[in-house]
Amino acid sequence: MRTPDVAVVDYGVGNLLSVQRAFEHCGANVAVTGDAQAILGARHVVLPGVGAFPVAIGQLRASGLDTIVRQAATAGIPVLGICLGMQMLLDESVEFTPTAGLGLIPGRVVPVPAVSASGEPQKIPHIGWSPLRPAAGVATWQNTLLAATSEGDAVYFVHSFMAPPRDAADWLAVTSYGDQPIPAVIARGNVLGCQFHPEKSGEAGLTVLRSFLAL
Amino acid sequence: MRSTRLIARLDIKGENLIKGIHLEGLRVIGSPNEHALRYYLQGADELIYMDCVASLYGRNSLGEIVRRAAQDVFVPMTVGGGIRSVDDAAYVLRHGADKVAVNTAAVARPALIAEIAQRFGSQCMVLSVEAKQIAPGRWEAYTDNGRERTGLDVVEWVRQSVGLGAGEVLLTSIDREGTRRGFDVALVAAVTAEVSVPVIASGGLGTVAHLVDVVKTGHADAVHGGRAALRPSDHRRDARGGGRRRPEREDLCARLTSPSSITASEIS
Repeated sequence: MRTPDVAVVDYGVGNLLSVQRAFEHCGANVAVTGDAQAILGARHVVLPGVGAFPVAIGQLRASGLDTIVRQAATAGIPVLGICLGMQMLLDESVEFTPTAGLGLIPGRVVPVPAVSASGEPQKIPHIGWSPLRPAAGVATWQNTLLAATSEGDAVYFVHSFMAPPRDAADWLAVTSYGDQPIPAVIARGNVLGCQFHPEKSGEAGLTVLRSFLAL
Repeated sequence: MRSTRLIARLDIKGENLIKGIHLEGLRVIGSPNEHALRYYLQGADELIYMDCVASLYGRNSLGEIVRRAAQDVFVPMTVGGGIRSVDDAAYVLRHGADKVAVNTAAVARPALIAEIAQRFGSQCMVLSVEAKQIAPGRWEAYTDNGRERTGLDVVEWVRQSVGLGAGEVLLTSIDREGTRRGFDVALVAAVTAEVSVPVIASGGLGTVAHLVDVVKTGHADAVHGGRAALRPSDHRRDARGGGRRRPEREDLCARLTSPSSITASEIS
């Protein structure tokens, strides 16, 4: 069997068809798999996720794939967490009850603020298209997940929680909800996460996936 | 900054895309997948598939249509019409839908809203409401594409549904549907004032002014453009990155509302 360009980690949560199709559309050979050898043998690993944090991380642990994703990260394979998959990269989440994450990027998953900095109520979940801009201190997106992305490109978000890394250096891009920055893309070495759905963000999303394949 | 979503709606009957006027008098306008792909390429933010007769005949034919669309369409897809159970929702989600829209079955058994929200998340559970004005400032919820009265007050029904876990509301004015006379802004405003989840305004889009009105006065989070027949030449390539720029909002609105954007084959 050909070594897959992309292993999409299948731990029994959510619809993986869209992620698979989007990578295939970008020309990748994709395996949707829960097999440890297939994941560790892939050139790129994608950790998808929808639903609630405790359920998803519980399923990942139950299948033993939490260890495999960590091994892939340690081995230097580019790992991309999408939406809840990005949130699972952090140390813990407070969704429902404090629950440990994968601990690959320091930080804690917290609710999207229901009130803006200026005191206006905000709708939760945050659903819709929002533009990407560089996080504070980020001078360039060259050689990153956003290498071919332009500031202002809009992508599709749907989430109630957000994953702010503790270290400012791990923030790559933000979007604004109300008047507050929401972490949109995070990166710590070969471990990457995007809060939006690149597989549902039209051409702007496919551009991000192509950049991931080039890493 | 949060921007208003422009959503293309595909009304499906069997294998065909149809167009409704007052949710009746349906006419065939072509193959759904062809239109889905075109809407996607032309910059629609989301697609909503509605199986218009599914609840009437108690069946669901959308799974295969959605599965084919999911091959090439990379924006969110909502599927409604004939979703009667958690299993029905699981079925269309497995075929590539991102959300389900429920009306008739939720009215018959409101607990279904909670069951779908708990299983798949609130973001997945879209309450579809067909509203008909019965008095100034009062609307009644209908089901089965405007055929059946429910006796439910729209604002009260939406509030109850959001309490049960509905994460988004697709609010269609039966009075305005297909008329191009503008949204029922009072209806949209009454609902958005009551709930904190996103509200999609549907029914009556005709001009850019209608759009502005329903967003500014009605506080809609998204609008439906069923006749969003946009032209492929409208794609914009970003010269720097090579990626597609999302079309300018004003342009998109103009195309969504322009009668000339409807081709002859669509209305024949």
